[in-house]
Amino acid sequence: MKIHIRKGRVVDPEARFDGITDLYIAAGKVVSLGEKPDDFQANQEIDASGLIVCPGLVDLSARLREPGFEYRATLESEMEAATAGGITSLACPPDTDPPLDEPGLVEMLKYRAKSLNQAHVFPVGALTQGLQGKNITEMAELRDAGCVAFSQAEMPIEDTLVLLRAMQYAATFDLPVWLRAQDASLSRIGVAHDGEVATRLGLPGIPTCAETIALAKILRLARETGARLHVCRISSSEGVDLVRKAKEQGLPLTCDVSMNHIHLSEMDIGFFDSNCHLVPPLRSLRDKEALRMGLKDGVIDAVCSDHTPVDDDAKLLPFAEAEAGATGVELLLPLVLKWAEETNIPLPIALSKITSRPSGILGIGCGHLSPGAAADICIFDPGCCWKVEPKSLKSQGKNTPFTGLELKGKVKYTLIGGHVVYKANHP
Amino acid sequence: MMQYNRQINRDGELQHLLTVEGLPASMLHRILDAAESFVGVTEREVKKVPLLRGKAIFNLFFEPSTRTRTTFEIAAKRLSADVINLNIGASSQSKGETLLDTVNNLSAMHADMFIVRHAQSGAAHLIASHVAPEIHVINAGDGRHAHPTQALLDMYTIRHFKKNFNGLRVAIVGDIMHSRVARSQIHALTTLGVPEVRVIAPKTLLPKGVEHLGVHPYHDLSKGLKGVDVLLMLRLQNERMQGALLPSAQEYFKYYGLTPEKLALAKPDAIVMHPGPMNRGVEIDSSVADGPQSVILPQVTFGIAVRMAVMSILAGS
Repeated sequence: MKIHIRKGRVVDPEARFDGITDLYIAAGKVVSLGEKPDDFQANQEIDASGLIVCPGLVDLSARLREPGFEYRATLESEMEAATAGGITSLACPPDTDPPLDEPGLVEMLKYRAKSLNQAHVFPVGALTQGLQGKNITEMAELRDAGCVAFSQAEMPIEDTLVLLRAMQYAATFDLPVWLRAQDASLSRIGVAHDGEVATRLGLPGIPTCAETIALAKILRLARETGARLHVCRISSSEGVDLVRKAKEQGLPLTCDVSMNHIHLSEMDIGFFDSNCHLVPPLRSLRDKEALRMGLKDGVIDAVCSDHTPVDDDAKLLPFAEAEAGATGVELLLPLVLKWAEETNIPLPIALSKITSRPSGILGIGCGHLSPGAAADICIFDPGCCWKVEPKSLKSQGKNTPFTGLELKGKVKYTLIGGHVVYKANHP
Repeated sequence: MMQYNRQINRDGELQHLLTVEGLPASMLHRILDAAESFVGVTEREVKKVPLLRGKAIFNLFFEPSTRTRTTFEIAAKRLSADVINLNIGASSQSKGETLLDTVNNLSAMHADMFIVRHAQSGAAHLIASHVAPEIHVINAGDGRHAHPTQALLDMYTIRHFKKNFNGLRVAIVGDIMHSRVARSQIHALTTLGVPEVRVIAPKTLLPKGVEHLGVHPYHDLSKGLKGVDVLLMLRLQNERMQGALLPSAQEYFKYYGLTPEKLALAKPDAIVMHPGPMNRGVEIDSSVADGPQSVILPQVTFGIAVRMAVMSILAGS
């Protein structure tokens, strides 16, 4: 299969390339940028004039709900949604049912995902068995089965000794540890940021120190153990400061933020909008600003969708009882573009937050378009406006705080391994 | 993205009563004025007016309550409505039916009004956003969030004894953190123009950033009560009397309980109120509760008139 993508604005953040040119693909790889290779006979031509051609998006947190929660979403529906969002590689957290703590489960997930010929799925294994925070998992075996990193998803380890041991063991095999910083005790009963809005609405709060205390502990343990640390979905201004200082002191850590948290704050809860019941909680406006700035100055390396399909029944409940989470894969690109436009970030830098940077964190070597790279490509119309509504989303989870919002930026084609896996219906 | 406040309809009329927050002072006064006219009814020999004849009012109590449910029932009956009492805690919820399913089923029985009490903050808003437009919802207490009719009857009581709100110094004493009554009182008092509202509690019972609601926090009861015109005492739930929030009921009473000595720090004509049920010897001393400055029993009487006022205004919109 040979594909010729014509006259698109090719943006490759890693190669620092940004210009209108042609892209040639053969045998699943990028073969040339600009110059047509000798005797290149395209089987397919894609007219990308007016469109942007960039590496396929890499999402560091997308829940596919398999195994265990197939009634909420299936691998098929969510993988289709991901490619409709331009995502070609994604990491899925281990909080499935059962959790991804055994090599067999991971192999099955990899196999199921592969058979769909959609985005590459990179499972994140459980750091402790059953995510219980007591006994560590067979991390080396899980790595051999396909896990790229190890995490506790939303279940913080209460016992600091277990956390220390888990990080030591991961460091033994140089396995990345991904942790979301949240103190178990301080977050046990809370459902919203412990601030003005929770006080007004009478919702139990999760204080900012739930993040900073846990983060200080994790950073100290990373220094102690030499574990490769990635901080997931940071939520507070003080948390960003801690990460900044740790980076300045030379700790080799990376950090991501969810797309929800760079656009929303506790204020968006309004009168109990359960779509804004998210984990971590939406914090104050000042925190939102700090996250946007942290992303701009590079303290935060990447943006993830934190895709969590939740069905209506689980959302049509009083705020605290409603299940946390929002759909995301189809909104990742437009929401990052929106952030870039609002903060005057050049497009290549914005795209690096969802392509080359997360690819580097995953260590999967994609996220660029140099000759020889896998032809995982996203082609989108940066000016196309569309409205977020249930019928415009392919994900089985239709719930998002962004419902009703007009967003700019629509994926037209997604290519994986040199094949078109998604093509927008309307012109 | 933001869900709007559903209780005022497009014509500016009250559609539901979910919270005091966001209601204009004119609306609060209108309710209090209407209540005043119903106080007369409750004192007559025939305590009934036909305003809500033929209307079906459902008392939907997902959380046990005797006092509030009874006053709503009496209020509805004095307006000639048909009242159906449901203690949901004991029926469908325990069979796994969701909140909205329960409400939909009852709507199908042609309810005109739901009076809802629920343990979760926001439950009344959720119901109000899913009922048909001709059905009205009154929040009779949702989690820690709001208890608007209690706050309104407190405002009625204050207005009755103090004539107006400008120039008053009001203190709310006790478990502000977990109290829907306190939140609604704060909104009502600040909306009605009370210049100084104080909240008095140990730090464990004050929610974060409470000063953003327009109140002054105090941790010392003696300081907080100085020169106060109105004392709004709150109930301390049994389960909070010992644990990580408070060490014991005895220590709480010693430092935050209202005794005659503490009351003497307030203005000589200060009034003492309590939403009930009281814990005598925990938040309030019996001699204060039964003393000359206590208006706790008039509160109960006015509560019926205020609930009649709210129901009749909703039914009229």
